[in-house]
Amino acid sequence: MTGVILRRRVTDVASKILMGVAAVIGVFFLLWILWTTLRFGIAGMHWDLFTKDTPPPGTDTFGLRNAFVGSLILLGLSLLIGVPVGLMAGTWLAEYGFKSRTANAVRFVNDIMLSAPSIEIGLFAYAIVVDPMGHFSAVAGSVALAVLMVPIIVRTSDEMLSLVGGDMREAAIALGAPKSVVITKVTWRAARAGILTGVLIGLARITGETAPLLFTVLNNQYYSTDVFRPMANIPVVIFQFALSPYANWQQMAWAAAFITVVFVLVLSVVARVFLGRVQAPK
Amino acid sequence: MNRMSKGRTRRLLWGAGFTLTLVFVCAVTAFAANSITGAGSTWVYPLVAKWSSAYEAKTGIQVNYQSIGSGGGIAQIKAGTVAFGASDMPLTPDALKAAGLIQFPTAVAGEDLIYHLPGIGPEKLILSGPVVADIYLGKIKMWNDPAIRKLNPGLNLPNMYITVVHRSDGSGTTFTFCDYLSKMSPEWKEKVGESTSVAWPTGVGGKGNEGVAAFVQRITGSIGYVEYAYILENHLSDARLINRDGKIVSPTLQGFQDASAHVDWATAQDFYVILPDQPGSDTWPISGCTWQILRKNASKESNEEVMKFFLWGFQHGQDMARSISFGPLPPSTVQAIRAYWKSELGYSL
Amino acid sequence: MNGSDPAARIDIQSAPAERKAAPRTRRLAGDFLFHKAAVFAAFLAAAALFATVAAIAYDSRQAIETFGVWRFLKSSEWNPVTQTFGALSFIVGTLVSSAIAMILAVPLSFGTAVFITEIAPFWIKKPIAGAIELLAGIPSIVYGLWGLLVFAPVFAQIEPWVNQYLGAIPGIGLLFQGPPMGIGMLTAGIILAIMILPYISSIMRDVFLIVPSSLRESAYAMGCTTWEVAWHITLPYTRSAVVGGMFLGLGRALGETMAVTFVIGNSNTLSASLLMPSATIPSVLANEFTEATTKLYVSSLIYLGLVLIAVTLVVRFLAVLLIRHLQRGEGAST
Repeated sequence: MTGVILRRRVTDVASKILMGVAAVIGVFFLLWILWTTLRFGIAGMHWDLFTKDTPPPGTDTFGLRNAFVGSLILLGLSLLIGVPVGLMAGTWLAEYGFKSRTANAVRFVNDIMLSAPSIEIGLFAYAIVVDPMGHFSAVAGSVALAVLMVPIIVRTSDEMLSLVGGDMREAAIALGAPKSVVITKVTWRAARAGILTGVLIGLARITGETAPLLFTVLNNQYYSTDVFRPMANIPVVIFQFALSPYANWQQMAWAAAFITVVFVLVLSVVARVFLGRVQAPK
Repeated sequence: MNRMSKGRTRRLLWGAGFTLTLVFVCAVTAFAANSITGAGSTWVYPLVAKWSSAYEAKTGIQVNYQSIGSGGGIAQIKAGTVAFGASDMPLTPDALKAAGLIQFPTAVAGEDLIYHLPGIGPEKLILSGPVVADIYLGKIKMWNDPAIRKLNPGLNLPNMYITVVHRSDGSGTTFTFCDYLSKMSPEWKEKVGESTSVAWPTGVGGKGNEGVAAFVQRITGSIGYVEYAYILENHLSDARLINRDGKIVSPTLQGFQDASAHVDWATAQDFYVILPDQPGSDTWPISGCTWQILRKNASKESNEEVMKFFLWGFQHGQDMARSISFGPLPPSTVQAIRAYWKSELGYSL
Repeated sequence: MNGSDPAARIDIQSAPAERKAAPRTRRLAGDFLFHKAAVFAAFLAAAALFATVAAIAYDSRQAIETFGVWRFLKSSEWNPVTQTFGALSFIVGTLVSSAIAMILAVPLSFGTAVFITEIAPFWIKKPIAGAIELLAGIPSIVYGLWGLLVFAPVFAQIEPWVNQYLGAIPGIGLLFQGPPMGIGMLTAGIILAIMILPYISSIMRDVFLIVPSSLRESAYAMGCTTWEVAWHITLPYTRSAVVGGMFLGLGRALGETMAVTFVIGNSNTLSASLLMPSATIPSVLANEFTEATTKLYVSSLIYLGLVLIAVTLVVRFLAVLLIRHLQRGEGAST
């Protein structure tokens, strides 16, 4: 074998090994993270987590009920704000704007918002909700989470609605339906699996988001469902408990992290299943 | 599958869910009155937590306290986002007047240096103020530095880097510590000074007393400063210090109260007193206090709820305080506080 | 169905004269409202970006007036006692931690993407791709928690070696000297690298799959090795999208808060060594925002946020531009 061919062969084999190693490194860290989360998370699980509230420091009890309820309320409110805005915006893009310059500009801006750092959005929510209101509240946090969620829903709704075949729309119009009825009764319904996927992906994105909640919702050591006041929530509780020296708090941080990861993974898997169902008939 | 009924059902479910959420939200905002929110010092957090859980059991009123650091307490009460702010750094009478605030003390306690050294247990390490200042200035870098060895002739100090741990958030514990260091080291006073947040020359920042304790627990060769209740709760290794009278002392409730006995609470305007480095043979050099700050123009209802809670703590929470080495205020000071409320706010309990 | 409204036209033609007024007006009103609602929603979605920048710029004005632009960016003094604030140590912290993350993540992502698309036997492709996607789904607070409680103690065992061997090299050795705390700039950079790996890798994978097979197959037919196809054919073809993907990862690293705040050590001073604690703009915001005691302090923190937005906006703008460029080019050529 001549020198050149040998060199190329060696480079090829060496690079293949290195790239295999690269892939393995990625998988290694994933497994390490998941394994420790599983191990410490399950070790920290207690029935009390769901029935009792967060304990004060220095006691040896467990409880995360107020944080779970608070997080669910936050997610619910964010959905309430984010889904209508996201869906309607996506609808405008797919059904009214099409490929016009305005629509493409909106899509571009939306793509930029897709990767907005969540702490910026937190500052924004502080400026427009917390500051005027005068105090922290779950509503402010929901606004921040909704702003994070909307770009994802806009994008998926836009794509999914565009995929709906023209013949269904034309049939509806031929029957005399006005445009809004065509969209709501025919197009939305046809694309509902895809739209739902977008909502699930958006939900997965905002679960576990901590930074925007730090200065909008704050935290609450008690059980509270008042949305105009600070509310307990899982991510900020994890933050507080993880940085503490108390053993029971650290265990609860892991348990909460484990539950969050499971929740996000389940959402992602369900979303993928839906996506599969959407793409299969095409 | 019948598409019409499926869509109908879904719409009904959405409508029901929406209405339920609305009803839920409206119903529970009605319960808002039964809780007050305070924020601030992590120093006083163990005490407020103990008092508030007993208070809730007794009266059903929830005192939601977020320990975000004294800096946070001051910021939030100035912004009016909380009912009371707790700070271990007292605001000067001028600052109080300018912001429309009043403050009153809660209980006396102390803070100490903690360390993580292999083989060296609690209260074995002896330090002096100037040495601590030099460590935190970054001038003393290794544990077996001659200055530390001189104070600890019997100890086997390792040849290890000192990892300095300080606070990353705005902290009254920091204020008390830096006030002490400023008194011990003119270089510290000039270079760094004292406040809730300073420009630390070196070291790692932990969030809250909890964060500092957690870092020291995890990093070998580290040193940090925390409020004494955290040392008790977490079995950390605390140092002994040389006080103003030249005696080597350990942190004790008696030591904190000795410091407090040397200041005149009743005559200090707006209870503005500084506790570190008081004289006395058993006095603990880094003693401190926490002040609760109220807004003058907050609603009478809100201020009265806060006053009720702390008055309850002063009158019924003394044993709870002593159990975590917080020194309760003497009755004369409590009377002075009630008189202060009357004169500043126009009403009292 | 391009722009004009067949629905409206048919309405006018089909409704009988007597019933023209009430039902059609009602239906058209509903239609009109729906249209306007959709326009409004699209406007909100687009305006969010500008509103964010505007609101943050507005709240920074006190700090901008006090410190100006250059003085703020050049000063590394962050002193709440004297109320002088400067952004330099945080800007450096943000850039350095992101740089470490990119240096580590880009080669790893490239290797992973090529491995998945070219080298792996087909039964491994899906699982590995899925596993890398899972990394993206893990919330950043779990990364922070894991980084502080699991990775940092392990890394603290490795750091003495780094200090001893790399720290002894004259010159760049300064970068690697320091006490073995396990936390610090280097740890933050490593955690960030793991976080952005899936983003860069999945974009690379998506665009590598778009490369026309005719190109690749002709290269193979000429006897190119896998590496040569990847490096000389696939990469140049997808160059702009790959750079776009890198910018996307960079944008994510620049703005990451929780993972960094846990492990960076929170020291507001500049230090030469990567083993020492540091701070980034997001980490100082997370730590100090709720505790800023004066209006100037809050305004300065928000000013830091403005600086961060300016940087990430440029990066993200370029990312979207570059990624779309290839996708448009691809549509034209095939």
